[in-house]
Amino acid sequence: MSVAVSISGVVKRFGALMALDHVSMDIEEGEFFGLLGPNGAGKTTLISCLAGLSRADLGSIRVLGYDVQSQYREARRRLGVVPQELVFDPFFSVRECLRFQSGYYGIRDNDAWIDEILANLDLTAKAETNMRRLSGGMKRRVLVAQALVHKPPVIVLDEPTAGVDVELRQNLWQFMRRLNREGHTIILTTHYLEEAESLCGRLALLKDGKVIALESTASLLTRFSGHTLALRIPDGAALPADLAALSSGVKEGFQTFALTEFAAVEGILARLREHGIRIDDMRVSPPDLEEAFVKALRQ
Amino acid sequence: MSGFSTLFKKELLRFWRVVFQTVAAPVLTALLYLLIFAQVLDEHVSVHGVRYAAFLLPGLVMMQILQNAFANSSSSLIQSRVTGSIVFLLLPPISYGAFWSAFVLAAVVRGLVVGVGVLAVTLWFAPIWPAAPGWALAFAVFGGAVLGNLGVIAGMWAEKFDQLAAFQNFLIMPLTMLSGVFYSIHALPPFWQAVSHYNPVFYMIDGFRYGFFGVSDVAPERALLIVIACFVATAALTLGLLRRGWKLRT
Repeated sequence: MSVAVSISGVVKRFGALMALDHVSMDIEEGEFFGLLGPNGAGKTTLISCLAGLSRADLGSIRVLGYDVQSQYREARRRLGVVPQELVFDPFFSVRECLRFQSGYYGIRDNDAWIDEILANLDLTAKAETNMRRLSGGMKRRVLVAQALVHKPPVIVLDEPTAGVDVELRQNLWQFMRRLNREGHTIILTTHYLEEAESLCGRLALLKDGKVIALESTASLLTRFSGHTLALRIPDGAALPADLAALSSGVKEGFQTFALTEFAAVEGILARLREHGIRIDDMRVSPPDLEEAFVKALRQ
Repeated sequence: MSGFSTLFKKELLRFWRVVFQTVAAPVLTALLYLLIFAQVLDEHVSVHGVRYAAFLLPGLVMMQILQNAFANSSSSLIQSRVTGSIVFLLLPPISYGAFWSAFVLAAVVRGLVVGVGVLAVTLWFAPIWPAAPGWALAFAVFGGAVLGNLGVIAGMWAEKFDQLAAFQNFLIMPLTMLSGVFYSIHALPPFWQAVSHYNPVFYMIDGFRYGFFGVSDVAPERALLIVIACFVATAALTLGLLRRGWKLRT
């Protein structure tokens, strides 16, 4: 598998602020990659440098081998970016905007693909509607469509579901999964961690312009989170001292245990049986990206 | 040039969608100028041996060509920067040369459309026809292109509409109004005649008027050379700024 996006030692300053501090990472072709971090971490700045909207002070970024500065035309042909801001051209209809966007990439007679994008984003009925007349969610869909008109092998989605309804999210992720299956590399930034957890195979965590974690989603979850065991035991029953030391406390009537590995469940249940403590209810929660995210940022 | 033809078409459609504002309004303004000044002065004044209304008309046409060429490129850029839709032009692989030529050519086209419109509606009041249409067209195209370049620069420089209006009202408007649209500079005192020669718009107006009457304050060859030099200088500056991504790419 070859590298779709190679980011090497990128530094970007805005005055005294170090927005990106020697950021390096490689994103493989065909990956569904998540770029996470709190507000101001540098995610959008990194995407701007990748898309050529900003110039890095140091370092280089390549898209499928093409430098985004010195070979910008080749790099941009291979990149589709959904910007975070809800922007639109008020003079034109949805179809006109998509035709213009196709033309900017040198593509003529693109209506067949435009129709397919419109159908997948549930925009067919709005194709001839002026952009000004669309709701915020519809405008967001058009932004996604505009990023896809030239069938870019690398798609960057900067907070694409911010402020949109559940239906669009589901449509959008279904469409993105399909494009990813067809070989498109997808880079996603989002504040919805459950989306990143369910979609992204690998994640990068940014904080203060630095990469603080870069690994598979499963590995990140294991390292910074884990399964949680919640047990309801009869009122008045006391945990043995060793288990009490392991407990994370009582939440909503459940004794909770943060597990470093799933197999620890068996040992806890065995100790309870040894002490004759009955279990009235039991729940095991999977690792939680939100918890992992918070812990990683605190480190 | 990748993207040039699309961007050019989009820029043309953009002003055509609001044709009342971008074409009809400046045509009406020019018509009102002509009606008022011609009514007051036509019977009392003649310049270069032609009636005042006829003398005034080419100046008015050229003034509208220049002002609308500037308005087209500057308003399109500032609008897309303020609304953020400029990103649709910055993300694709459009070269800065294609970007520049599409904006400036569209500015020239809008200027010419307004100019033809002014000529068409004023024919009834002051019927004139170019004696040397090639000269008139050359000054219209290069003059419009100079102002189209300045419009691109202003559209990149201004952060808000207020700043663009200042550029337009305090630089472009005085340069065009004080360029001999309403008078021959020979009617001015020597000092102001000399000052007028430092105003590049004066050569555009004077040369354009030569295309109609075959007479001018300055030899048309010299005027055209100066206008072309202004075009080359403003084009070089605009291309340089676009290449750097000045105020467009951080």
